[in-house]
Formats: sequence, C-alpha cells, structure tokens
Amino acid sequence: MNNFQYSRASDVADAIRLLAADPGAKLIAGGTNLIDLMKENVERPSRLIDISRLPLRDIEETADGGLRVGALVPNSDLAYHPLIEQRYPLLASAILAGASAQLRNMASVGGNLMQRTRCAYFYDTATPCNKRSPGTGCSAIDGLNRNHAILGTSTSCIATNPSDMSVALAALGALVHIAGPSGQRTIALTDFHRLPEDKPHLDTNLGSGEIITAIELPPHGFARNYSYLKIRDRLSYAFALVSVAAALELEGNAIVEARLALGGVAHKPWRSLEAEAALRGQAATPDHFGRAADLLLQGATARSHNGFKIELARRAVVRALMQAASATPQSQAHKKIA
Amino acid sequence: MADLTIPERIPINLVVNGERRALEVVPWTTLLDALRDRLELTGTKKGCDHGQCGACTVLIDGRRVNSCLTLAVMTDGAEITTIEGLARDGALHPLQQAFIDHDAFQCGYCTPGQICSAAGLLAEGRARDADEIRELMSGNLCRCGAYPNIVAAIEQAMSRS
Amino acid sequence: MNAYVGTSTSRVDGRAKVTGAAKYAGEFAADGLLHGFVVEATIARGRIARLDTSEALRVKGVVDVLTHAHRPPLADKDEAWKDEVAPEKGSPFRPLYDERIKFNGQPIALVVAEDWETAKFAATRVHVEYEQEGFATDLESERDKAEKVDQPHKPRGDAAGALTRAPVRHEADYVLPTEHHNPMELFATTAVWDGSGGLTVYDKTQGVQNVQKFLCSVFGKKPDEIRVISPYVGGAFGSGLRPQHQVVLATLAALALKRSVRVVLTRQQMYSLGYRPMTIERVALGAKPDGTLDAIAHEAIAVTSRYEDFSRNDTGWAEQLYKSPNSNFSHKLVDLDVSTPCDMRAPGAATGVCALECAMDELAVALKLDPVDLRLRCYSDRDQSEDLPYTSKQLRECYARGAEAFGWSRRNPAPRSMRDGKELVGWGMATGVWEALQMPVAVRIVLTANGHAEISCAASDIGTGTYTIVAQVAADALGLPIDNISVRLADSTLPQAPVEGGSWMAASSAHAVLRAAEEIREELARLAKAMPASPLADLDAANITLTDGMIASSDGRGAAVSIADVMRHSKLERIEREKLNQFAEDKSHARNTHSAVFAEVKIDEELGIIRVTRIVNAVAAGRILNTKTGRSQIMGGVVWGIGMALHEETVMDHRFGRIMNANIAEYHIPVNADVHDIDLIFVDEPDDRINRLGIKGLGEIGIVGVPAAIANAVYHATGKRIRRFPITLDKLLE
Ligand SMILES: Cc1cc2nc3c(=O)[nH]c(=O)nc-3n(C[C@H](O)[C@H](O)[C@H](O)COP(=O)(O)OP(=O)(O)OC[C@H]3O[C@@H](n4cnc5c(N)ncnc54)[C@H](O)[C@@H]3O)c2cc1C
Ligand code: SF4
Ligand code: FES
Ligand code: FES
Repeated sequence: MNNFQYSRASDVADAIRLLAADPGAKLIAGGTNLIDLMKENVERPSRLIDISRLPLRDIEETADGGLRVGALVPNSDLAYHPLIEQRYPLLASAILAGASAQLRNMASVGGNLMQRTRCAYFYDTATPCNKRSPGTGCSAIDGLNRNHAILGTSTSCIATNPSDMSVALAALGALVHIAGPSGQRTIALTDFHRLPEDKPHLDTNLGSGEIITAIELPPHGFARNYSYLKIRDRLSYAFALVSVAAALELEGNAIVEARLALGGVAHKPWRSLEAEAALRGQAATPDHFGRAADLLLQGATARSHNGFKIELARRAVVRALMQAASATPQSQAHKKIA
Repeated sequence: MADLTIPERIPINLVVNGERRALEVVPWTTLLDALRDRLELTGTKKGCDHGQCGACTVLIDGRRVNSCLTLAVMTDGAEITTIEGLARDGALHPLQQAFIDHDAFQCGYCTPGQICSAAGLLAEGRARDADEIRELMSGNLCRCGAYPNIVAAIEQAMSRS
Repeated sequence: MNAYVGTSTSRVDGRAKVTGAAKYAGEFAADGLLHGFVVEATIARGRIARLDTSEALRVKGVVDVLTHAHRPPLADKDEAWKDEVAPEKGSPFRPLYDERIKFNGQPIALVVAEDWETAKFAATRVHVEYEQEGFATDLESERDKAEKVDQPHKPRGDAAGALTRAPVRHEADYVLPTEHHNPMELFATTAVWDGSGGLTVYDKTQGVQNVQKFLCSVFGKKPDEIRVISPYVGGAFGSGLRPQHQVVLATLAALALKRSVRVVLTRQQMYSLGYRPMTIERVALGAKPDGTLDAIAHEAIAVTSRYEDFSRNDTGWAEQLYKSPNSNFSHKLVDLDVSTPCDMRAPGAATGVCALECAMDELAVALKLDPVDLRLRCYSDRDQSEDLPYTSKQLRECYARGAEAFGWSRRNPAPRSMRDGKELVGWGMATGVWEALQMPVAVRIVLTANGHAEISCAASDIGTGTYTIVAQVAADALGLPIDNISVRLADSTLPQAPVEGGSWMAASSAHAVLRAAEEIREELARLAKAMPASPLADLDAANITLTDGMIASSDGRGAAVSIADVMRHSKLERIEREKLNQFAEDKSHARNTHSAVFAEVKIDEELGIIRVTRIVNAVAAGRILNTKTGRSQIMGGVVWGIGMALHEETVMDHRFGRIMNANIAEYHIPVNADVHDIDLIFVDEPDDRINRLGIKGLGEIGIVGVPAAIANAVYHATGKRIRRFPITLDKLLE
C-alpha cells in the first residue's frame, strides 16, 4: 500500500470538509474494495477518511411508504432486515448472491455502489488500462475479455460493473442521496453509474468531493413476483458472468408492470425502459419474455471471448421472468435453477 | 521525488479474546497483520490477503469478517475473537471438537478461518439445512477439499447448541 | 496387536490445528526479525538494463535491497542447484543470480525492512528498466516445435497399422490447461540467524532434508550450519517438493545481513512457482466390434521452461488398464518463456488418464457398449508394458462396488435421456490408476521408562496424516496407548526421509516404524528374559510380543511383565533405536492403486449451469491404515477432480506472457457450495507381497479418473463432448 494518512470523520460535514482539503483523499467504509485495490497499488489515496462510524446506519420508512437506507448499513444487515425481506426480497436476494457472508458483513451500501470493475488488466499495474491510467490503452478489447461487457462499451473500455446489489436497485428504481460541498442532491440509481465513453476512469457521476448518504427505495417492492438469477463459473463466491433482476406486477397472467436489469454485461446495471414497456399489458409467456430480452439486449456486441454472454443473457432474462411470474424466485442457497 | 515518508503510528485499544491490548499502528496495518505480527496471534491465517479465501476470518463484535481487508486503526475499541479465544479454560469449543471428530481438515491452514466463520454462522442463525450451510460457508476456501466434513462438523455443533 | 492400525483414529495433531496452536513456516518469531518482500519482473524475456534501488533504500525502516548486483555469493554450477527432485535435464532457476529474465514474475529484488508493510511499500519504489526480447508462451501456437523427450513405455506391435485396420476407432485431442496448486498457506520461510553463521530455517516444504542439502550446496555451508524445520505445512500438493524462491531469498538475506529474515510470497507471486503444465493429449483407440482393443496410441505435448525439461508420465497408463496387442506412447515438450512446471497431485496421471478415460467413453459410445462393460472387456490382469502380474489389483471389484453403490444399472445409455425437471441428468464413469511407491525412510524410537515413546523422522505431514499414521503404527507395534506416543517430524536433523510426495510416505514411514519398533521389542524381550525368575525366561524372543504396556508371550497365554518394570529393573531410563527401512527390490510385480469413479451431474438445459450432485469413488489401495484420514485424502482428491473438470485454469495473456488470474478469486477452485454427496468405498485388497502391512498410499489416486467421469457425465447429460478443460458453461452453450 502507499503511504497514506488516516482521519476519522466526525460527521458528514466533516467528511466533506476533509475531502475538499485533500484532492487525493478517499472515503473508506467497509474497505473491502478499496483496501484490495490499495494492496495492488491500483488505488493510491493520499489520505483515507474513515466514515465507518458516521450515523448513516438507519433503515427508515419514508413519508411516501418507501424506505431510506443509510449508506453505511452493512450489506448483510440490509439483506436480512425484516422490511427488506418482506417488501424488497429482490434486493435481499441480489445482495445474498454476492461475495461471501464475511464480506457482506463488512461491505456498506455506499461502498457497494462505488465498487470498481474486476477487469484483470485494471488490477494489474504491469498492463495498459485506460480506466486505471487514462490514455494507456485498453488491454481487454483485443485481449482476454470473457468477463467483459457486451452492452454500452466504448473503444476506450469494455469493463463491467461487478455489483449484484446495484442490479436489483436499478430494477427497483432506487434513488441515491448525495451530500457535497454545495449541499444535497438526489439522483436515480440508473443515472448514478456511467458508461465508459471516452472517460473510463470515471465509474459514476458522483462528484469528487461528494459522499453518498443514503439510498431510497420507492414504495413498490415487487415482493410477490421477482427473481434474482446470477450465473457464474462456480456455484458461489464468484462474480456474475450474467445476472438478471426481474420483477413483475401481475393481474392474473397479465403484466401490469415489469422491471428488468442485467448485471455483468455493461459498465452499469443495464436497464431498458423499452423492454419493460413491451411487457406491460402482455401475458406472462415465454414468448413475450423472449421479445423483452431481445429489446434489452439490442445492440449487444461480442468481442473475441464473450460472445456467449449474449445468448446466455437472453436465456437468463427469460428464465428469471418465468421464475418471477410463477412466484418461484431463485434461491441463493439451493442451487438448482428454479 | 516520490514521497517516501512512513505515516505516523496511531494508538489503538482492542479487546482481543477478552484481553485488553493497546498498540500503535501505522494506518496501513491490517487487523490480520496486527494480530499475526504484533500480537503474536498466528492462529489467524493469511491465505490471500485480498478477501478471496476466508482464512483470516475473525469475529469483530461477534460478526465474522475478513481481517485482511480490515485496517487495524478502524477497529479501535472493538472486541475481537480469534481462534485462540474460542476454547474456554482448556475445553474446546463445540465446533473445534466437531472439526476433530469429523476430520474436517487436513493441512489445517484454512481451519481457524473455517471455525471462526462457522461460529459467526451459528450466531447469525440463518442456516437451516446443509445447502444453506454450504452457501454461507462458501467464503472459506479449503484446498484440501474437506468441505463435506466441514458441513458435517457444523451440523454436529448446530444440533448440540 | 491392532488397536489402531486400520481404525478410524482422529488426527493426533487435530487439537493443535483447531486451536491455532499449530505453527506454520511464516509464523515463527525471532529476535530482531526482518521482513523481505519480493520484487518481480514484469516482462517474459530479456534482461534487466537498470535496477535502481536508491529510492527504496531511503525509505525509513528499509535495511537493504538485494539484487543480482548486490548480494552474497551463490553457487555457480548447475549441479549445486539441483535438488533431489529437480528435472534431470536442465539448469535450475537461480533467484537474483544475474540480469537475465526467463519468465514473467521472476524475482529480481528482495526489499528487506524492519516490518512487512514497509518492505512491501518500498518494493514499489524499486525502479527497473528492461531490454525486452521476443518471447513465446503459448503451447498451442508453438505446438509444432514440440520435441520428443522420452518413451515412458515401449511400443508394442504396430499401433499405427492396427489403428488404420480397426473396424471401430476413436481419435481426438484433449486439452488440459495449466493449473496452479494454490495451497491455502502462502509460501513462506523464516530464516533464524544463530549469531555465528548458522541458520535455522523454517520453510514451507514437503522435504526438509532436500531443502537443507540444497541450501548447503547453494550457499557453500556445512551440513551442521543449516537446519530446516517444517512442522506443519498448509497444503502443498507437489508445489513444495522442490525448494522454492522464498527459501533461497530468506537465506540469502539472513546471511547477507546476519539477521533473522522472513520472506512470505503473496498469492500472486506464488503463480511464478511451479504448476501443472498445459498438455495436449492425443489419444487414438482402435477396437473390434466386440469391444476388445486392437490398438492404443497416446501422445502428450506439454509445456516446459526453456531452462529445464520437466516431464511426467502422462501416457502409458493404458498399459496398466487395458489389454491391447498394439500400443504406442510418446511424450513431447515445447520450450516456452515460462517458469518450470512441477509435480501437482497425481502428475501425469490426472491429465493423461483424464484424456484416456474420456476417449474410452467415446469409444464405448461408438461401440454402443456400456462404459463399464467396455472396460471389463479390455480388463488387463497384467501390466503389459513389462508383462508383469500385479502385487494385487482389485479394480474389477471397484467397478462392481462402485456401480452398485451408484445405481449404475439404472442408467439409460442414450445421451439427454435422463432428466430432473429443467435439468438434464448425466451419469458418467472413469477408471483411476496410480503407482504404489515406497522409499527408504529411517525412524528413531525413544522408549522411556514411564511407558512413553517418542517417534522421530524427517518426513513431512502436509495434511496427509503422517503424524497420525506414525503414531498408530507405533502404538500397535509397541503395545502402548496412542496417547503415550509423541511424534516429531519434519526437522532435517531427524532420521532420513525423502520428500513427501507420490503417495509413498504412508507405506514408507509405517514400515520404518515397524523396523525400529521391532528392535525395541527385541531389546525388551532380551531384558525381560534376563530378569531373575522371569516368567518369560523359557520363551523364544520371537514369541514375545508387546501389548498393553506389557511384554508377553505372543500366544496370549502365560505370564507377562510390564515394560516399566523391566526398564526399572534393568536400570534403564530409555531405550533408543534408529532404523533405516529399505524395501527389497522386487521387479517381478507391478504395484498400483486403482479406482472406479462414478459421477452424476445435473445441468440446466437452457443455461448450462453444471452441478456435480453425486460422486462415488471406489478405491483399491491395499490396506487402509486409518479409514478416517484415508477417506479425507480421497475426498480431497475428488474435490480436486471437480475443480479440474469444471473450474481450474491458469489464464495467460500471451501478448504479455503474463498470468491474468494470479489470485484465488478468478482462478476458481471449488467452494463449499460446489461439493455435494461424495461416497467413498475402500475395496478390500489384501496384498501380502507389496510390503508387510500391505499398504499402498492414497494421496494421488483420489483425483485420478474424477475429471473424466465428470466430463463423461456431462456428455451423457447433454450429448456434447467437451474436450477442452475446464468445462465451463460457455462451452456448453456454443
Ligand atoms: C473476493 C471478493 C468477492 C466479491 N464478490 C462480489 C460479488 O459477487 N458481488 C458483488 O456485488 N460484490 C462482490 N464483492 C465486492 C463487494 O461487494 C464490495 O467490495 C463492497 O460492496 C464494497 O463496499 P465497502 O463498504 O467495503 O467499500 P469500500 O472498500 O470501503 O469503498 C469502496 C469505494 O467506495 C467509496 N465509498 C465508500 N462509501 C462511500 C460513500 N458513502 N460515499 C461515497 N463513496 C463511498 C470509497 O471511497 C471507495 O472508493 C466482492 C469482493 C471481494 C473482495
Ligand atoms: S476494459 Fe476498461 S478496465 Fe479493462 S483494461 Fe480496458 S480500459 Fe482497463
Ligand atoms: S487472507 Fe483474508 S480472505 Fe484470504
Ligand atoms: S485443511 Fe488444508 S486448506 Fe482446508
């Protein structure tokens, strides 16, 4: 690790002040992503601002019947919270599909949103990577790209966002509450992460002096018809090749409302309003699900090793929607795919 | 010229296995290295140093975590339980005995992490069947491949607690 | 007396391991201990043009930075660097020897500091410039440069001719990727400086005496100046057979700085140690319609480094398994700009038998025969390469017992014919084979008047259960409760033992214990008979046995005297005997272990997700010394087999010659959720020829056959034959 200084923030305002005072500073919450990257010399903050003790650990109901989740709520506490289990089981399931029990105990909501790509070149300082060292080139485009993105890529970067939680949050239409030097703001989770374009070093639209204080879940949790289906190279403790968050509101067999997001395929959780609109008013059948999958995957492009993801994602979307429609969500412990 | 100074040490207080321990650490010291190199508690193992294996699992305030991704400074004031703190007055913890009974290890290197993780799992109370034990213990790799015996050992400890 | 041998005895080192008391190489403390951190090359081939350590040296707490240009002398002859298990041909790698870069990840400097974090930090301040040279790291693109290295088995008949004439034939390439051992313990050495030129070296190794001799020769030390200790080893699987970089570097630094030094490699750095080499296996089988073989040809093309020829017996296993009048085997190597491969669990067999057994499955399909039936039709009671009988071979029984336990008779042979809801169900099987090796080992027993015995030997316990087996055999041979036995292992000053590997340690150490115990018994018998009014006076020493702490007549009748009494009477505090056991050479028989593996997979038809739901492994390996630890050995092998079939692959970017998944998040090994029912059967295999106890060893046989059984099950489930391992879901979707 590099030789950084350490400060403990006393409150959110203090954290913002400390960030402003040192452009090389970084916030640390659970540390599970930042410390990992610091040990690889990928992240070299001049100062760590410890926010882990800030009072951002509450889960409260909002006036409109949604939930507000503090940025420091550990992933496992969130997944196992009774209100989440009852009202937002899709989110609980997505969180439990990620990492390990130990890591989920440490990882925070804010840190999870901010976790960086697992692209092997990004992690290896001996290889070129535009995200790590802008302008050096992307090693993955013509290299090993089996794990890489098929949607929303650019000629600068084809990395994926590795978060499972974010995929469910995108599907649920969550909001991100942010505080910064110029006050507070709120943005939709789907606008929080960026596409790489020509600035792959920027993962999100969070300003450099800003801090995530909370996420907000809208009232509608799709608790009856949902599924989080994660596909990976071993049955646990591995990042997604493809994952799907699917949520439906049904009246009989008719779809009233649909939510669909993909993980492991793009620089951000991949959602398409068009695909969701196409489902609305339709019967919950494999055919309609297939058409929605095609819309969601419109424009998908394959590189040398990741072509399989396109067909895999398509099938996974259909399957997750079937699971959702039949109210048999994928269990994260029982590995047979429902 | 690159800055070559070593950051200053910061005093912290920990309660490790019921004992108060005061030490001064450079911020870059992980809890794992503090335990192993500073407090000579080498029972907690380092298998990857990157959160990928679970060998470094300890309990912080009763919750299982990867000590390799935890900065020691950030745990100031915490209660930490390591494998050395599980046995009470020479009597093995039921999990420790179960691991011996079921031969739930070979080389023994992942074992302290497995046992601490299993202690966390029991406290969480979320595993009701073997599949759930398997899933919730998947953060602890065992290269010797003792998994079925680990599951059996945990089931034994679960049924007796 | 067999109170312990053959039973399910818990590990004698269990308590130490579950309490955290067991200390591994990187955990020994020493006054003023320094910590070394390795700096590695980031190019695959070339030379170091400039290596600037000045900045690193200015970091407070850094004591020195060792490089090829700044280090104490190292031996300059290849012979000095050849350890007990080094490949015969080649020039072993020498860390920090000169400016040449032979592989990416090669150690080029060691930063030594007062603490580990400082050393690691300063390592980022070592600046290197290279002169790069062209390099090649891809076996497949260099395949035509392969050169034949050896002929593991003599050709018989005319395989090529028989193959062209065969009415039914199958021929294909099977590709097995590079794999890394990834023991859970990081490679580590703590070299403790004794103040006057001597070192006690705690090293992660499978052979303390191998390392000790190696260090003495590399550093020009006398045997009594270096002692190597390794009481617990956190897994090794072959990676600790040869002395590794870190032991050279720690020793080098300790000698340079005259202080104790610890060097621990990172997980990533362990990827520049040895590995299972990628191998392309070409198998051709020719058969008659009745399922008897006419020809077997097996060629393996494997990776090695440019500086050493590492090869293992991938081919030729068919000579032991299947009758065929014609056969031909060859092994070829391709030199690449990589580090030298090394032994990894069942080297040669894990890969070679995988290819052979997949090919046999394909042949069974072509012949429309049940895979077990085909193997029985080709069953060989003799090892064909030397035309020898076996000391024992209960493979037939393995097939029968395994099939029975698995329910094989209920298998519908048609691919894609069995289902469980949305999952396709596949049942596959394969044969496993390994050698039953044994080596000379010496053991010392010290029996004290209080009825306690200490057994010591330089052998290692890498999780294989050596401590426990030695204690069991000694307890029985000396007629003492196992709690009265203490075992000391893995110290180079203890009686001679080879490296722990090849599954030979159980048989080898057990017989050494027997020999030494025999001498103790004879001495006790002599003393007992000499006692005044001895109840044993009239007995022949050969008819005297040790049991329950007593010296008694073997027939169980007549009087007995206690060991304690005899020793007290003879005014002896201790009886010490050391004995080297050598096995009589017997070239008249082949010695092997065998297995029949049955696997069930369930595969989601649309998504290709594979679950290994059941494995039955029926093993014939002579007598099992300890059913508990023995089962664990086989179980571990099975889990490795699952990894080999579905998960494990070291991935290299050949543009950089760099391994891109040098960690254990992206190099996948099975996790708990990947492993389900594993049913292990030890088939009775009495063997009074192989050795006195009839033991064969279990470390490797457990993995052999498992990857093929799973691959064959995947075919049965899906109708898709994946010949490029590991079988990941993308390959099923193609
Ligand atoms: C081996 C391994 C496997 C994993 N597998 C998975 C997986 O399968 N699925 C998955 O989703 N994740 C996985 N993870 C990633 C894990 O979920 C993340 O590391 C974790 O969520 C990050 O949270 P944290 O609190 O530890 O973040 P930290 O490491 O503390 O911080 C990460 C980043 O977020 C910033 N940050 C933290 N909090 C805030 C805030 N409040 N406001 C603004 N910025 C902030 C930090 O500055 C830093 O840049 C895995 C991690 C590991 C090590
Ligand atoms: S895909 Fe993105 S992160 Fe990966 S090498 Fe290319 S630029 Fe870097
Ligand atoms: S050492 Fe912490 S997870 Fe491996
Ligand atoms: S017992 Fe060796 S790694 Fe688990």
